[in-house]
Amino acid sequence: MAEKVELKTVEGVTKESTQSIIDDVLALYPEKGKKKRAPHLAPNDQLSGKACVNSNKKTVPGVMSARGCAYAGAKGVVWGPIRDMVHISHGPVGCGWYSWGTRRNLVTGQLGVDQFAMQFTSDFQERDVVYGGDKKLEKLIHEAKELFPLAKGFSVLSECPVGLIGDDINAVAKRVAQDLDTPVIPCNCEGFRGVSQSLGHHISNDTIRDYIIETREFEEPIGPYDIALIGEYNIGGDAWSTKPLLEECGFNVKAVWTGDGELEKIAATHQVKLNVIHCYRSMNYMCKVMEEKYGIPWIELNFFGPSKIKTSLRKLAELFDDTIKEKVEAVIAKYDPQMQAIIEEYKPRLDGKKVMLYVGGLRPRHTIGAYEDLGMSCVGSGYEFAHSDDYDRTAPEMPEATVVFDDASEIELEKFAEEMKPDLVGSGIKEKYMFQKMGVPFRQMHSWDYSGPYHGYKGFPIFARDIDMAINSPTWNLVKSPF
Amino acid sequence: MANNLGLAVKPVTETPESEKKRVAEWINTEEYKELNFKREALVVMPPHTCQPLGAELVAHAFEGSLPFVHGSQGCASYYRSTLNRHFREPAPAVSDSMTEDGAVFGGQNNLHEGLENCIALYKPKMVSVFTSCMPEIIGDDLTSFIKNARNAGLVPEEMPVPYANTPSFNGSHIHGYDAMLLSILQTLTDGKKVEGRCTGKLNLIPGFDANTGNFREYKRIFSEFGIEGLILGDISDVFDSPLDGEYRTYPGGTPLEDAADSINGKATITVGPRSSAKTFKWVEDNYAGTNESMPMPLGIANTDAFLMKIAELTGHEVPESLKAERGRAVDAMTDAHQYIHGKKFAVYGDPDQLMGYISFLLEMGAVPYHVLINKGTKKVAKEVQALLDSSPYGAKATIYHKHDLWHLRSLLMTDPVDAIIGDTHGKGLARDAGIPLFRFGFPIFDRVNLHRRPIIGYQGAINMLTEICNKFLDITDETCDERHFEIMR
Ligand code: SF4
Ligand code: SF4
Repeated sequence: MAEKVELKTVEGVTKESTQSIIDDVLALYPEKGKKKRAPHLAPNDQLSGKACVNSNKKTVPGVMSARGCAYAGAKGVVWGPIRDMVHISHGPVGCGWYSWGTRRNLVTGQLGVDQFAMQFTSDFQERDVVYGGDKKLEKLIHEAKELFPLAKGFSVLSECPVGLIGDDINAVAKRVAQDLDTPVIPCNCEGFRGVSQSLGHHISNDTIRDYIIETREFEEPIGPYDIALIGEYNIGGDAWSTKPLLEECGFNVKAVWTGDGELEKIAATHQVKLNVIHCYRSMNYMCKVMEEKYGIPWIELNFFGPSKIKTSLRKLAELFDDTIKEKVEAVIAKYDPQMQAIIEEYKPRLDGKKVMLYVGGLRPRHTIGAYEDLGMSCVGSGYEFAHSDDYDRTAPEMPEATVVFDDASEIELEKFAEEMKPDLVGSGIKEKYMFQKMGVPFRQMHSWDYSGPYHGYKGFPIFARDIDMAINSPTWNLVKSPF
Repeated sequence: MANNLGLAVKPVTETPESEKKRVAEWINTEEYKELNFKREALVVMPPHTCQPLGAELVAHAFEGSLPFVHGSQGCASYYRSTLNRHFREPAPAVSDSMTEDGAVFGGQNNLHEGLENCIALYKPKMVSVFTSCMPEIIGDDLTSFIKNARNAGLVPEEMPVPYANTPSFNGSHIHGYDAMLLSILQTLTDGKKVEGRCTGKLNLIPGFDANTGNFREYKRIFSEFGIEGLILGDISDVFDSPLDGEYRTYPGGTPLEDAADSINGKATITVGPRSSAKTFKWVEDNYAGTNESMPMPLGIANTDAFLMKIAELTGHEVPESLKAERGRAVDAMTDAHQYIHGKKFAVYGDPDQLMGYISFLLEMGAVPYHVLINKGTKKVAKEVQALLDSSPYGAKATIYHKHDLWHLRSLLMTDPVDAIIGDTHGKGLARDAGIPLFRFGFPIFDRVNLHRRPIIGYQGAINMLTEICNKFLDITDETCDERHFEIMR
């Protein structure tokens, strides 16, 4: 973050103009709602390097928030991508059903044999709610062990009811883990805890700390270039771009947290020399734990777009010797011309276009550079579940005075788009079709809209193609009928 | 402290390839199937989901109705994104975002604040409230909460606020659909019954059906008849709205006034007998006119029955146009029968749809073989059995009413069939078994526009048939040896 920040501006966007748009939006709310929402909307103060909005607060009821819950943060984000475990959605059928295959964290292996990207649930019925689900849980883990013998462990992800009926999944987990000599991780991530997915990330990090890390050790000796890639979830194959890239730079990527993840490697991560973190929001906790406990430093990098990749790799190389530095320079020299060719192809079609973003924990800031590589600028950005430290990191990335929105409601997004007139919105599935009906091109930026990878050098050409396709699709010419 | 489980620290291991190979083969065996069917507690890949999803679907289906989830916002996001993915359309709905303190003190404050905000921001004509798990467990009293909201002036006097309890640890999405629909109709028709009045309209309850093409087809059938019909819960314009540069929060739905007046209808038909069972029972007790419960009009015989019932209830004869359409459907089926006759199918779905697929298959001389009822009951299993017994082609079928898709996988691997009828969630099974999957059900996350093509009625029968037979023909072309690769099929 010590990079020198250059002031970025967007024509016609001033603090006053943005504030007046915000005021118009707030005027839609009843008094109480307005008071609660006002601190979450503000024009960016780029050079301050500080959050200009409040965050990580309770969602205002009834506003149509896009947020999910702690369970979503635990199952969908942190635990779910670990491919060789059985992840049990503990409670009624719904939560697990909705999060079944809907995040696009791709995995290696064969379904039901050595990877388990399917839906496992205790499917609570009335009697489980009345009499408790502990017995059922114990039994079903045994059943799962029998039917899926290659599973390296089990996570128990509690849904709302479990925490309300006084079940003790921790005791069950401990007992079954010992019976089966297999890790069983109890994760008390009931959806009513906290204010968003974010607490689910934190709770999951804590369970990794409490139940997983240090339970395995790498057999081979620890090398100077052993690193772990943290907060990389392999959406659309992202990790299959970033991991080889780091390897090409001379590193041994010993574990990926948790995209296409393997439990035992995650459990031995206390042995690496450095943690490279991509999604800071969802995994900074464990980076800090590993730093404190095992003295492992961590570095936050950005793998979107050639400019950020280049800076990131050089920042990383700074921490290592000349062997790495040379390799990194060679890698940059190899890919730079390829990326330049992509820019030359797409920039003429995208130059000067404006994008508005509303995503989860890192993309609202991390992707800005990639758009800028294509000649675009960001006119508004915000997060579903970020904290202040995320917004601190966002300020220097966004142009001066552009609009920042935290936990935006749908009507706010609609109005901001009407006023800021972006040529593209990057957000989630719930937002997608509203914007498209408005005639605004859109890409899903959680799931890469069924495309990807977008990370690394492998990802940028795909990203550029997709952005061009979204903005310049000839179908947009058909929206207005001639009669 | 790490290692809270007290397990020994071990080296990182790799599962040997030989072991993976052994297990990969083993999960396809009879032995595995037996073990798999012994499961009592674990559920793997269930084809059904929780009640509130169904409630939300029908809450969208009335003009200006804003679905309102009382409970956790996470659940609400899940329902919405499921509908977004299936329809590729917006699904505006709010939640009152109950959190820990709501769990302790109850959710009244959240509900009240939520109503105030959503009414100001999204200007609904009606707010349709249903529940996620949390308030169901803590026992929130919706009746008094909503009454209190009215007394506090948080809801405009004229605005209906139907509400339904939709506990997820009970039933499935079809039951949530039923509960919400019932409450909407009860609320809207309250005090609207006028002795001696008749709207002259035929009310239709479609049941849980996420195919907008079906809804348009129902309406087309009404207009062919020249009758006025009213669909109670019409999603066609809601989830199939035009892209013309303007976003509309409420692009369609059954008009509230018409729904209110539906109690004075000429007649009411449900074609979702199992997903609108409670609603229909109440309709029978309260609605004017004749009330009939029919199978969903999938296949020829069900469509015949549906049209004859319309004719009977309205006094209009089945129009020539539909007679001709029937003839064309039968023509299409006869032309194509050789490509499907005798083929074995695994079929799963919600009970109403499932019975429709089965009727259609039997009509084609195809063989429903593994029959899995989503969240089935003994009662439904009996009804399905009776249907299968009605045709010699049903004789080989086995019904599974307490099972999930991982069970079905075992069946497919040990006792193979030619194809599956289901929804997107069956695609892994189809891939493992090397057979096609026909996505007639819900949800469809991985193909475009299938929710736009009707499967009901005669046209729907042609559509199903075309998809199935052409797929089998594709397979022949793609897999036959060179010598059998022919121009004609
Ligand atoms: S917590 Fe309950 S209502 Fe919410 S998604 Fe899960 S099962 Fe459905
Ligand atoms: S990038 Fe966004 S969607 Fe992905 S894990 Fe981080 S917060 Fe979640």
